[in-house]
Amino acid sequence: MATAFSPSNLTATVPLHGSQENRLLLPIRLAPPSSFLGSTRSLSITSSRRLNHSNAARRSPVVAVQEVVKEKKATNSLLITKEEGLVLYEDMILGRSFEDMCAQMYYRGKMFGFVHLYNGQEAVSTGFIKLLTQSDSVVSTYRDHVHALSKGVSARAVMSELFGKVTGCCRGQGGSMHMFSKEHNMLGGFAFIGEGIPVATGAAFTSKYKRDVLKQNCDDVTVAFFGDGTCNNGQFYECLNMAALYKLPIIFVVENNLWAIGMSHLRATSDPEIWKKGPAFGMPGVHVDGMDVLKVRQVAKEAVTRARRGEGPTLVECETYRFRGHSLADPDELRDAAEKAKYAARDPITQLKKYLIENKLANEGELKSIEKKIDELVEEAVEFADASPQPGRSQLLENVFADPKGFGIGPDGRYRCEDPKFTEGTAQV
Amino acid sequence: MWGIMRQRAVDGGLAASSLRRTRSALVSARSYAAGSKEMTVRDALNSAIDEEMSADPKVFVMGEEVGQYQGAYKITKGLLEKYGPERVYDTPITEAGFTGIGVGAAYAGLKPVVEFMTFNFSMQAIDHIINSAAKSNYMSAGQINVPIVFRGPNGAAAGVGAQHSQCYAAWYASVPGLKVLAPYSAEDARGLLKAAIRDPDPVVFLENELLYGESFPISEEALDSSFCLPIGKAKIEREGKDVTIVTFSKMVGFALKAAEKLAEEGISAEVINLRSIRPLDRATINASVRKTSRLVTVEEGFPQHGVCAEICASVVEESFSYLDAPVERIAGADVPMPYAANLERLALPQVEDIVRAAKRACYRSK
Repeated sequence: MATAFSPSNLTATVPLHGSQENRLLLPIRLAPPSSFLGSTRSLSITSSRRLNHSNAARRSPVVAVQEVVKEKKATNSLLITKEEGLVLYEDMILGRSFEDMCAQMYYRGKMFGFVHLYNGQEAVSTGFIKLLTQSDSVVSTYRDHVHALSKGVSARAVMSELFGKVTGCCRGQGGSMHMFSKEHNMLGGFAFIGEGIPVATGAAFTSKYKRDVLKQNCDDVTVAFFGDGTCNNGQFYECLNMAALYKLPIIFVVENNLWAIGMSHLRATSDPEIWKKGPAFGMPGVHVDGMDVLKVRQVAKEAVTRARRGEGPTLVECETYRFRGHSLADPDELRDAAEKAKYAARDPITQLKKYLIENKLANEGELKSIEKKIDELVEEAVEFADASPQPGRSQLLENVFADPKGFGIGPDGRYRCEDPKFTEGTAQV
Repeated sequence: MWGIMRQRAVDGGLAASSLRRTRSALVSARSYAAGSKEMTVRDALNSAIDEEMSADPKVFVMGEEVGQYQGAYKITKGLLEKYGPERVYDTPITEAGFTGIGVGAAYAGLKPVVEFMTFNFSMQAIDHIINSAAKSNYMSAGQINVPIVFRGPNGAAAGVGAQHSQCYAAWYASVPGLKVLAPYSAEDARGLLKAAIRDPDPVVFLENELLYGESFPISEEALDSSFCLPIGKAKIEREGKDVTIVTFSKMVGFALKAAEKLAEEGISAEVINLRSIRPLDRATINASVRKTSRLVTVEEGFPQHGVCAEICASVVEESFSYLDAPVERIAGADVPMPYAANLERLALPQVEDIVRAAKRACYRSK
């Protein structure tokens, strides 16, 4: 039943011959990209000795090995067109400006609860979601504002949701960690670690079911976003197994920002190279620089195409970094200043800007005008959210059930939801 | 883990042996031309799933051993052969994973029927039942409803110890967004399961292993493929005027036996089969209590914060002035289920307990 490795650019299957002893002596077959430091090395700043030791101790045979995205020299063949480049730039600027505005609004008391910002990780959301169609699904985590924006939910709707207003994408009933949009197939932010992965797998299962059983012409794919901390949770492994077993059209995207709140990835995970879990389950595993939207996009393109063709799931580890604390309530005291500075210097937006200008895909003026446009858009979203009304009292009892008869029967023997006072929120339930 | 597996295999084996008995019951039930028909709860559940799968291609079954093994308790017997592996999914032993997949499929428009080999295993997936299924329609402001059924045997089995013997009615019934059903008879099983599969919201469907092999009379109407019972309506199984006994699932049978004994002593007991734990049919319960002025509640689950506790609260709130005696609450003992047969019997409500409580309520004993 297990899926055989499909020949793909993403995987190079390397069968290891020879005796068991020889195998154990073989080093991990990794092809590190020339200009990108893998997660283990990049983190060796703080714990190099321990890490080297643990790596040596854990050296084990890896049967299938990916090739990290090949470096493309700046030749005539550019990675993107001008139009694509501007779309990516605009989406990343939107993500960044929106989140910066959220921080301001949070400190001004306009939004409340837990607010987790996405700053620094924009290349991942943009790199994947801008390749999707409206009917493709996205499942996110508690850090979900920017995934929703990339998927096409308007800044107004997301901001209003954060303000707890009736104009929000969930009428103020979801909140920061629960962005849903049926129209955009944004299937939610999930607040618990690992919780979204099975749900995403179920959405991918549906695409396959539509094809195989309902005989519909469906090639929708699902992208599940989650962090490095989630990769130590059982649901991740359960779903890697079933997605590969059933050959589901899903891409598991690990946004490895190296920290699970204050727990370093290296302190939490026995083998920090998450992408290696892919081949272990019979799917390609890819490691990509998550600070470079063009590299992410290239990997994403291949994984999405593969899923659409019915060739099954892919695990993509995007090494990235969050520029802010875990949430706006996190004092962020455990992360090393040098580490933060190192990643700040690799800001994904600056990198894209540089690429666009160096390759004459855009000039400063064009990019400035995008920035201005987004600034105005975000400002306008705040004004809109601020001016929007709070949910009415009647909304309290709405939407608990799709069929409100679930509230049962009242003392008068009729369904409670038929009581005229029910929608006033005053009927006893 | 192997211990569990072995236990499950034994359960399955027992189920299979009792199935031999029940298969003939099914055949005969279906071949009757007229007269009183009977059906086992197992066949009722099986035929309900079968008919709903046949009526709607979006309905599919997933769970451990539901396909090739035909279900650990043979509830899904014959479905794999009829509908194929694409609609009868044998999953690995990964409750959190496959329950979440079911929920995700429901988000995307399918109608999964997820089987837990027993509801005890649903604890490994409770996050998806509560957080992913029950809350999504509300959190998404009605954009994403979750038409899914979580079903399987619930409550005390026999001799399987503490981890495999537990009633989840009160657990799930305390969660807004869920509907919780508990059938007693074959008619309940058919009508409620078909209603659950057609329902647009997540339904927790609590069966009882010890009832699977029991046969019940079943009407022509209930055998019709369009048959469906309303969710949220209790059934008065036996009318009476002196005391109301409210219960659900297997305990309905115990309550009916108790009512017979009480009748011999001149006490007329009314027995209410809840059918639906959430929504709870407070109207029917209170109307009955207002008639009899006495209430006995029975459940297998733990006493504290139980279904009985909720019923008592409802009656005290709505019908306090009608009560002629303190309400009597009979629940499972407040201990993890013991293994020894004599202790297990002591830990669960028995017919005599119900008789005694009813007599107490009627001031006919101490």
